[in-house]
Amino acid sequence: MREVAIVAFGQSDHRRESAEVSEVEMLMPVLHEVLDAVGLRADEIDFTCSGSCDYLAGRAFSFTMALDGVGAWPPISESHVEMDGAWALYEAWTRLLAGEAETALVYSYGKSSPGDLREVLTRQLDPYYVAPLWPDSVSLAALQAQALLDAEDAEDAEDTVVDERALAAVAARSRIAAEDNPHAQVTGSPPPEALLEDPYLVRPLRRHDCPPVGDGAAAVVLAAGDTARRLCRRPAWIRGMDHRMEAHSLGVRDLTRSPSTRLAAERAGAFEAPADLAELHAPFTSQELILRRELGLGEGVRVNPSGGALAANPMMAAGLIRLGEAAAAIHRGAADRALAHATSGPCLQQNLVAVLEGDVL
Amino acid sequence: MTPAPSPEVLQAPLVVEFPFTRSLGPVQSAFLTGLRTRTVLGVRTTDGRVLMPPVEYDPVTADELSDLVEVAPTGTVTTWAWNPAPRRGQPLDTPFAWVLVRLDGADTALLHALDASGPDAVRTGMRVRIRWAGERVGAITDIACFEPYDGAEGGEAVPHSGEFTDPVTGIVAPARLDYTYAPGRAQSRYLKALADHTTRGERCPSCRKVYVPPRGACPTCGVATDEQVEVGPRGTVTTFCIVNIKARNLDIEVPYVYAHIALDGAGLALHGRVGGIPYDQVRMGLRVEPVWSEGSRYPDHYRPTGEPDADYDTYKELL
Repeated sequence: MREVAIVAFGQSDHRRESAEVSEVEMLMPVLHEVLDAVGLRADEIDFTCSGSCDYLAGRAFSFTMALDGVGAWPPISESHVEMDGAWALYEAWTRLLAGEAETALVYSYGKSSPGDLREVLTRQLDPYYVAPLWPDSVSLAALQAQALLDAEDAEDAEDTVVDERALAAVAARSRIAAEDNPHAQVTGSPPPEALLEDPYLVRPLRRHDCPPVGDGAAAVVLAAGDTARRLCRRPAWIRGMDHRMEAHSLGVRDLTRSPSTRLAAERAGAFEAPADLAELHAPFTSQELILRRELGLGEGVRVNPSGGALAANPMMAAGLIRLGEAAAAIHRGAADRALAHATSGPCLQQNLVAVLEGDVL
Repeated sequence: MTPAPSPEVLQAPLVVEFPFTRSLGPVQSAFLTGLRTRTVLGVRTTDGRVLMPPVEYDPVTADELSDLVEVAPTGTVTTWAWNPAPRRGQPLDTPFAWVLVRLDGADTALLHALDASGPDAVRTGMRVRIRWAGERVGAITDIACFEPYDGAEGGEAVPHSGEFTDPVTGIVAPARLDYTYAPGRAQSRYLKALADHTTRGERCPSCRKVYVPPRGACPTCGVATDEQVEVGPRGTVTTFCIVNIKARNLDIEVPYVYAHIALDGAGLALHGRVGGIPYDQVRMGLRVEPVWSEGSRYPDHYRPTGEPDADYDTYKELL
């Protein structure tokens, strides 16, 4: 099978508001950053794939405006998913595997600031039984967190009890890690004990358990084989990638587990060798604990040194950023084998897992 | 070249509202019709589990399901979350708990609201029952919410034909989302200038094309257009159509002409209505200028300037 690697990654600074720029104006510097990193012009890219969501923008076909930023005229070979950019990356990866392209540009972006994100996200739910109740995204995550706290076998991968302090510890660790991430929206944290003095937002979740709402963009360049070696000193080879999803009705799922993550990880080859780094797309603290268990991540694995989605969660981009952060760690020699995970939908509805590796230098 | 001034950010409210009309399959139709008569239906899977709310296909095996059963209006909370600040459209307008409830006789849980006095009155495992809406139409909101219940447990699910008189075959699900739209840097500059009756395009630094209206990027070169160029006010009709359909909320007599107009100095044509001339006399090459109505931020329409028609060669690249 063809070897395909992530050879460049870029992201915007993630911010609560970005009214002074349109989507394409927010995105374009990121596109230029990744193209400059590999020394390619837009017209030297074989395939372009993007992820975004009209419901965030409040406009139909909003992605077409963003396409201006890649120089899409005369028409380029291009595709779009109404999903997180991690799934756009998956599509581009299959194109490269099939030998239809040597290089691909993948980008995604989301501006949550124009709307009320908690309301907007209700529109992705079952339109017959669920969406008419307008259950907001934080409330649904809180149902999952409570289920985890209630579970009799409430133990994470380190066999410690899952309680609200364990959730706060995830928040504190993530946001302290984000102090080294210049793009993060929320950085720094009081210790977990202090966080527990805050009031609940939607019990059992406090504000620190929830991701910041913000605007941002990200992009990666993929390349195959020797092209990847030419463009990047240490390509982040995609050894495997898979995505799976849960049944859509929340009431038929065991919310404390994520079988789709485990299956995707298995299919991606995640369990064939230990990883030294994992970038998990866990917008809510409780979700990190669920993912750690499904992925069997122990003490030896650095989880979300970027701060993860608790430090910046630009919709449609935060999953792609996990793949990008994991790849960037391999590029700079900070990791040799990394797991990257992206999620979509309520309560870890859909999950993607990729295994990335660098050559031994 | 005019250096781009830092624009004040333009923002405007934008409401997106759709009454989604959705048809129902046989299982969903029976379930929602049942709610109208205070009957709660689930569906039995081929391996004997009872799914409530019922679905048309088994989420595990993908088997088509049709074996309807009636379950109890009482059940057990399987997880909950306290919502201290109800939002628009949610089942209750006072603080409540979101709950997943497994009704007696069912194997899966339904998402809904629980009316409780406070978070300390809610726990996983607590017993609840349906509080029915006073007026029921065949929708999930026929369940007003759940309420605490300490009566007897309901029994096993019992077979149900799913047949009702006057079954519900569809739902209308209104959806409204409120946005604050911000057009960004380039379009803010354009709209601000337009409000002063000046049309400013933006030039691509790479291919030199002038975009009107500017969107912030040159779609050919993929770079920002940040050099502002005043264009027009006059322009040339490059192509047009005659509109015979009256638009709702638009006070314009039909037929009228809608045209592509290349403003002088612009690298592409914009859209505009052509007035001040009988519709059947509008032609390619017609020279036009904008007409501003009192206090308007944009031209109402374009009218003939009286100049000779433009030569085809001057606009053939702008069609």
